[in-house]
Amino acid sequence: MTIAPERRATRTWPIVGPPIYEGSRIPANIPTILEVPRELANLDDILPVNFGPNHPSTHGVLRLVVDLDGERVVGLRAVIGYLHTGFEKNMEQKTWWKAITYPPRMDYLAFQLNELAFVLAIEKLLALEVPEKATWMRQLMSELSRIHSHLIWLGTAALEIGAISLLFYCFRDRDAVLDLFELVGGQRMHTRYFQAGGLAEDIPDGFYPEARTFCEYMPKAIDEYEALLTRNPIWLERTQGIGLLSADDAIALGQSGPVLRASGVDWDLRRDEPYLAYDQVDFRVPVYENGDVYDRYRVRVDEMRESVRIVEQCLNRLDRMNGKPWIADDRKVVLPPREELHTSMESLIHHFKIVTEGYRVPEGEVYVCVESARGEFGCYVVSDGGPKPWRVKFRAPSFVALEATATCMHEALVADLIAIVGSLDTVMGEVDR
Amino acid sequence: MREPWWITIIKAFVIINLVMVAFAYTTWLERKLLGRMQNRYGPNRAGPKGLLQPIADLVKLVRKEAFQPDSVENGFVYIIAPIISMFTALAAFSVIPFGAGWHLWHWHIDGQILNVPIALILVFALGSIGIYGFIVGGWVSDSKFSLLGSMRTCAQLVSYEVSLSLAVLGVVIMGRSLSLVDIVHRQDETIWFAAPQLVGLLVFFIAGTAETSRAPFDLPEADTELVAGYHTEYSGMRWGLFQTSEYINMITLSALTVTLFFAGWHGPWAPLGPLWFFLKLFICVSIFIWLKATLPRLRYDQLMRFGWKVLLPVATVNAVVTAALVVAFQ
Repeated sequence: MTIAPERRATRTWPIVGPPIYEGSRIPANIPTILEVPRELANLDDILPVNFGPNHPSTHGVLRLVVDLDGERVVGLRAVIGYLHTGFEKNMEQKTWWKAITYPPRMDYLAFQLNELAFVLAIEKLLALEVPEKATWMRQLMSELSRIHSHLIWLGTAALEIGAISLLFYCFRDRDAVLDLFELVGGQRMHTRYFQAGGLAEDIPDGFYPEARTFCEYMPKAIDEYEALLTRNPIWLERTQGIGLLSADDAIALGQSGPVLRASGVDWDLRRDEPYLAYDQVDFRVPVYENGDVYDRYRVRVDEMRESVRIVEQCLNRLDRMNGKPWIADDRKVVLPPREELHTSMESLIHHFKIVTEGYRVPEGEVYVCVESARGEFGCYVVSDGGPKPWRVKFRAPSFVALEATATCMHEALVADLIAIVGSLDTVMGEVDR
Repeated sequence: MREPWWITIIKAFVIINLVMVAFAYTTWLERKLLGRMQNRYGPNRAGPKGLLQPIADLVKLVRKEAFQPDSVENGFVYIIAPIISMFTALAAFSVIPFGAGWHLWHWHIDGQILNVPIALILVFALGSIGIYGFIVGGWVSDSKFSLLGSMRTCAQLVSYEVSLSLAVLGVVIMGRSLSLVDIVHRQDETIWFAAPQLVGLLVFFIAGTAETSRAPFDLPEADTELVAGYHTEYSGMRWGLFQTSEYINMITLSALTVTLFFAGWHGPWAPLGPLWFFLKLFICVSIFIWLKATLPRLRYDQLMRFGWKVLLPVATVNAVVTAALVVAFQ
């Protein structure tokens, strides 16, 4: 068995900017719980309120048990598990190639990225070479997925702070992304377009012009959102200095992705531990130093712009790959082309074996992580050499981000609570799995 | 010449119904305008251009069960709360002048239901009573979200009422009357008060937005924070009454803005009086809707700070300066 290498035992984190606050604000050993201070609890003037699991702004079914002193949040407890569906356990019952459909359904906003992590893990166990075209297409789809996820985040987060129109603008453009997905995979969400070995199908001809139109249009749309929010005094009042999370606390709480980068830690897996072809594209990793809701917003908006740039570069590469293979030519893992089934006995047998029993993956365990829209999305897979995964475990960035809630809630009001939980961008499907 | 009492009653009946229709179509206008601003159509199924949508909404609300939570201890107060709000909202409109007055055969008809010499004070007084509906409604619901909502309503409306009243003080000084009719006449003789009282207008409009709980001051019912604020536990037409009173408050406030700062029914061609009034009212209401589509919501403490530390001093200085200038030029 190969054990995942010790990746960051001795790492010094690239922290940018001055400390956001002195010391640590992590409230307790259990970082998700903010205890009501003793002197307040004795006053008998605390109003416990249940935000969720059914509440207009808890992103699904997050339940926050909040203790309020007037409008001030003095106690907080996050209760999760309302959306537990047992994805990981279910995947143990499915053959490898059927299990691919599960990860995208966990984080239903950045679905391609989750799919990618699992597929990469299978390929790592199989030691499978993926054709270049598939790699670039995967990268393109991941970035579109990131844009999709950030758009929904922006729309809902703005809605929670009261800017209702942004939701509709963001959903309009999100639909453009979904149209692209539909064009490629036939499905709008949960495309299952990535396959162990490459892509499920070749890229359709009409995709390139459509994608280019989108790339031209999207930066203008982002300008529009920024015109509504970035310098809007009310938006600044509501987001600047709210939900502070220092770089040290963010690292101690295991944060990743935009939340970490908004706290001034210059860390992005795409650049620092490149997978796919990220080392061959030019992009900037946005880092902001203040660790507040506003900076998380800025990081995500900037990331959308960078993602558009990456998509453009991928398109430039893919343009030159017409007619190249989109999936590895390993008949033990990859389904044979449809037309061969009628002429080749060998292909028919392979097809039958893969569809009924599934391919076998060598014994071993791997940890693969990708930079999902929410941060480090890790996939830990153990194989016993059979046609089904023996154990699958995900490191869900949303789950980790949720742990920072109580730390960010330092001296927050009810309205801030909503803004902060929104800014951490948790997807409950991924948290509860 | 005074109009006979029975004309007043007929007029009151007509105006109340007109205001109700105006309310219904304000909701339609809001949804339509918001829809257009947000890249969608808004209601377009019920009737042509969705024009029957308010009627459909009304039928739905009336038919819906008016649910009352078990924890409500005083059912009478629970039911009376929306009625208070609704009553005061409608009553406030009675002193708004919408036309110059007409002679029909040998009767005289005033351009408003009642010409009260202290109309302005009456409007504010009724508004203050209306707040009780919101506060009591939220408190008696015995729900935490309602309680938070009504606490916010209480603080917000009480503190912005001060700025609101001070903002019109300049107009009262310039118009030398508390009667809305006299103020309109005065504007026709001199100048629309929007020009000399620009500061007053801004303060009045902002405070009015807060007073009617419209975005960006819609904290009492910030749906993403407090579910629905003080009317969380209301349903059916009781909830409808709260909504109605809010919209009518908005219309009344717009009408007041038009009356105090934009010379009410006066326009380029006098016989079209009520039409000019309606047109100005429409623009004013549209601005409210536009604000809602554009601005995020303020936070509670920011709202209070803004009200007491910015609006109130500005309104006070405006009133004092106006008074000084009026005295100086006399």
